[in-house]
Amino acid sequence: MNSDITNFSSLAPIFPELIIIIGAIIILMAGAFLKKQASVGLAGITIALLLVVSLLIILFPTDGIILNGAFIQDSFARYMKILLLASSLFAIILSLSSAKENSLDRFEYSVLLLFATLGMMIMVSANDLMSLYIGVEMQALSLYVLAAMRRESSKASEAGLKYFVLGALSSGMLLYGASLIYGFTGQTQLDEIAKIIMLGDRSIGLIFGLVFLLAGLAFKISAVPFHMWTPDVYEGAPTPVTAFFASAPKVAAMALLIRLVMESFEPVSQDWRQIVIFLSIASMILASFAAIGQKNLKRLIAYSSIGHMGFALVGLSAGSLVGVQAVAIYMAIYVIMTLGLFAAILSLKNQNGYVENITDLRGLAQTNPFVAAIIAIIMFSLIGLPPLAGFFAKWHVFLAAIEAKLFLLSIIGVLASAVSAFYYIRIIILMYVYEPEQQFIKAQPELRFIMALSGFLILTYYFSIAAPLTNITRFVVGSLF
Amino acid sequence: MVEAIVFLPLVGALIAGLLGHKIGDRASEIITSSLLVISAILSWIIFFPIAFGNGAEEVIKVEIMRWIEVGDLDLRWVLRVDSLTAVMLVVVSSVSSLVHIYSIGYMADDPSRSRFFAYLSLFTFAMLMLVTADNLLQLFFGWEGVGLASYLLIGFWYKRPSANAAAIKAFIVNRVGDFGFALGIFATFVLLGSIDIDMAFSAIEGAKNISISFLGAELNALTLAALLLFMGAMGKSAQFLLHTWLPDAMEGPTPVSALIHAATMVTAGVFMVARLSPIFDASTFAMSVVLVVGAITAFFAATIGLVQNDIKRVIAYSTCSQLGYMFVALGAGAYSAGIYHLFTHAFFKALLFLGAGSVIHAMHHEQDMRKMGGLRKKIPITYIMMIIGTLALTGVGIPGTSFGFAGFFSKDSIIEAAYAVGGPLGNFAFWSLVLAALFTSFYSWRLIHMTFHGSTRAEQHNYEKAHESPNIMLVPLYFLAIGSIFAGVLFYDQFFGKEKYIEAFFANSIIIVGHIIEAAHNAPTWVKWSATFAMLLGFVSAYWMYILQPSLPARLAKAMPIPYQFLLNKWYFDELYDVIFVKPTIRLGNFLWKKMDDKLIDNMIIEGLGRKVQLVTAKFVKLQSGYLYHYAFAMLIGIAALLTWEVVAGGLL
Repeated sequence: MNSDITNFSSLAPIFPELIIIIGAIIILMAGAFLKKQASVGLAGITIALLLVVSLLIILFPTDGIILNGAFIQDSFARYMKILLLASSLFAIILSLSSAKENSLDRFEYSVLLLFATLGMMIMVSANDLMSLYIGVEMQALSLYVLAAMRRESSKASEAGLKYFVLGALSSGMLLYGASLIYGFTGQTQLDEIAKIIMLGDRSIGLIFGLVFLLAGLAFKISAVPFHMWTPDVYEGAPTPVTAFFASAPKVAAMALLIRLVMESFEPVSQDWRQIVIFLSIASMILASFAAIGQKNLKRLIAYSSIGHMGFALVGLSAGSLVGVQAVAIYMAIYVIMTLGLFAAILSLKNQNGYVENITDLRGLAQTNPFVAAIIAIIMFSLIGLPPLAGFFAKWHVFLAAIEAKLFLLSIIGVLASAVSAFYYIRIIILMYVYEPEQQFIKAQPELRFIMALSGFLILTYYFSIAAPLTNITRFVVGSLF
Repeated sequence: MVEAIVFLPLVGALIAGLLGHKIGDRASEIITSSLLVISAILSWIIFFPIAFGNGAEEVIKVEIMRWIEVGDLDLRWVLRVDSLTAVMLVVVSSVSSLVHIYSIGYMADDPSRSRFFAYLSLFTFAMLMLVTADNLLQLFFGWEGVGLASYLLIGFWYKRPSANAAAIKAFIVNRVGDFGFALGIFATFVLLGSIDIDMAFSAIEGAKNISISFLGAELNALTLAALLLFMGAMGKSAQFLLHTWLPDAMEGPTPVSALIHAATMVTAGVFMVARLSPIFDASTFAMSVVLVVGAITAFFAATIGLVQNDIKRVIAYSTCSQLGYMFVALGAGAYSAGIYHLFTHAFFKALLFLGAGSVIHAMHHEQDMRKMGGLRKKIPITYIMMIIGTLALTGVGIPGTSFGFAGFFSKDSIIEAAYAVGGPLGNFAFWSLVLAALFTSFYSWRLIHMTFHGSTRAEQHNYEKAHESPNIMLVPLYFLAIGSIFAGVLFYDQFFGKEKYIEAFFANSIIIVGHIIEAAHNAPTWVKWSATFAMLLGFVSAYWMYILQPSLPARLAKAMPIPYQFLLNKWYFDELYDVIFVKPTIRLGNFLWKKMDDKLIDNMIIEGLGRKVQLVTAKFVKLQSGYLYHYAFAMLIGIAALLTWEVVAGGLL
């Protein structure tokens, strides 16, 4: 097979990824040869790099399929890349103030984060089972190390190890599924697979392959029952890393899942929709109930994110353009809420260090009214109370589900949402009803900025970003159909 | 000017109510009272040209605002003043201003006078809204407004459980009536296409033969509408079956009883029937119902009044009875006679109540007449005022001449009108009223004798310290006394003179049935003398029983215990209602509270669900054991389940 790369300009669709590769390697070299104190400067360069790549994607969009069909850049991929680049960017900013405490003040942190981001960008743009796997593994390997960055902490090491072992298991499932599909269709390119399925029967081998493939991806978005790693890793990993885990990889994995099912398995949509519905219901229900029993704030957020992935999958279950659009909107709002929430958690620092227990929030409204207000806004938004952003996120996915006549799923979703309100509201009550027990140190300006931005977008969602977001997602989702 | 009459009391109410604690009680009293006096003077200025000129040449309509526009419903907030309204304006604002002034003295020791005066003015505003209503909804607004004010004032001394109970009772019993009233308004809208008074009336002619299915029976629609509206009137005017709240309402301060529960609010039902006379006049059956209910009330309330010992309750039952008279007039078709009695009654009944208040004031809030007596020498001015009120109430006068107190003219008009109706119903009404007149005379004089004459039965120091009321309480009595003496004779022509005089006065504001008035005027002489004779008989027997033979009443009660107890216990209506309505309602409430709410909803559904959630949570939390192999196992179970599901449900086997 001849290469389709004839000159430099034909590489244009993959420019963003190339820039990140080069940037990451330069930072790696610089980190190895410079003094340890330079890591802060390198973090600044990383931020600048991510910013430049985001601007490149926004300002000079170049769509196309290259590398013999392994890599696709379309408007959907660009939208998702912007989301995950923004998540990575803010995750680094979040880590600045607490880098020392979390042993993140090392250049490897920036490098690993960049490689993880690169892997996710490849996932989003993957148009072939092989590039898909490369992307998935690239981000996964980086994330394993990130989770265990804090070597002296046994909790972090345990988290990293668990993540690695279970991640390997899920990779195995993914690969096994991919090989089954290749075996039964003779193709690895996503659009070609669809053509073969359309022509032939829907064989049992193909369906097995589909199930294994989806199970591997379900692990990445931590959908029940492939979610078990999530609470432990979220709790054990350094908080800024958890913030990163909770945002960017979810966007990438969801984007990959969407592309895979909409492009390759459109002809057997009845089969994959069954699986997605199962994952969705299981995630929503388990997360709602399990979160009630949590005492650690990060574990609570872990279950919350499991639940929210369940809600996002409600939109995908519809298998329609409206449904996919709803997921795209959901992911954007989810990222805004998650980053704001982690900024708030990273602001909770007393003289003994960072606090993580839910009961530590007691009386926060008196000692730190701004952070308490932001947390309250985000909690109400996570519940899905109008007119906050979280309401519209849920509204879009449920609307899509109802249009697809998935009434039972919608009812279960709404009930799960009602149960989940319990633990979100409990946090608000702790903050506003109880007397404070401890004093917190004033939050860093960059954290306050992220909280204010997140709170503002959530509060004014309907008036500020609702219309542009809806229009953009409708346009980008169009490139999948 | 009309706006000023209606809204000045509201201004007063707002000032006294919202700023009362800032400007002080005295300022609240002065502001509300002076605003009311201005309102009263303006009312008389409107009334005089109508009464002594050519009637209301034109209906005055003042649009305040557009109110509701929904579909066919286009309501404006219009103040309507015609002859009927003018009469009511005079009654309401005059009595109210006098009661305001009187209250300054009567309530002098009360700690929350601002609140009292705010309520009084609020009531007056609502009552004025009611009488100036141009459509039924506006009427309903005023109707509910006076109901609210009445509730607040009955329960004014809210620390007394009996006052609260009475307030709630008044409110609930009125709710029954108001339910009918509201249905009546709906029926009117459906039937006549409008609840604007003029527009609705113009549609009556075309709606006379429409029938409607209600509660499974086929009824004439207009009759039904009229009966439903009358149900509202029965509640507000404390007619038979819905009367039980009025005597209890005497728990409120005495000026309230005078203003609301004698002179004005309770006559709202009478006013409403008169205002809607074209609707009632279109249904013979409805008119008969009004006549019979009125006659029964007049008779039955008078019988209860015979044996009551609380001075205010006697007057309360008297009010109930007199309202029955008014309804008989309306039912007979002599609407003007009903309004006539409403007009005169307001003066002498307010006088009697305020006089009773003066007695109570003198006796340090003692209301039991068995602990009074001989007060004539202690409070001579009050005594004279009460005598004037009694003479007016019992209808003292010489038939066929212009000599007589206010009640004489109006009451005789009604009795003659009842006779003029004829037939079994007319005769029933006539004889009921004559008997009621006898009883009225008896209990009125009984009240005078027990309170003022004979030797005192009061406690020594109470009697010693009894004193005449201050001038601020006496002056309003003088005004009312003048009204009680002259209101009848002065306005006889306008209300019950020759047909053309009545027509000239009322213009088209109420229906005037010429033949009834003609027949009433031509009633035989014995009919005209019947009421006077009954009055004399009552006077004589009261004199005999309470002055000549003071031991006779007790012996009589002992000799005939069953009728005595029957009357003393108010025909056992409260007990009857307690068994029929109150107890089952409480039982139902208890059931819904303890069984439905506490047990089923709270305990089983809410808390049960909560417990279930906790159980499920505990199980889910346990799943997260922390062991790696558990996690891997869960993933494998998951994929096995998904595969099985796909294979089985997908039909791949």
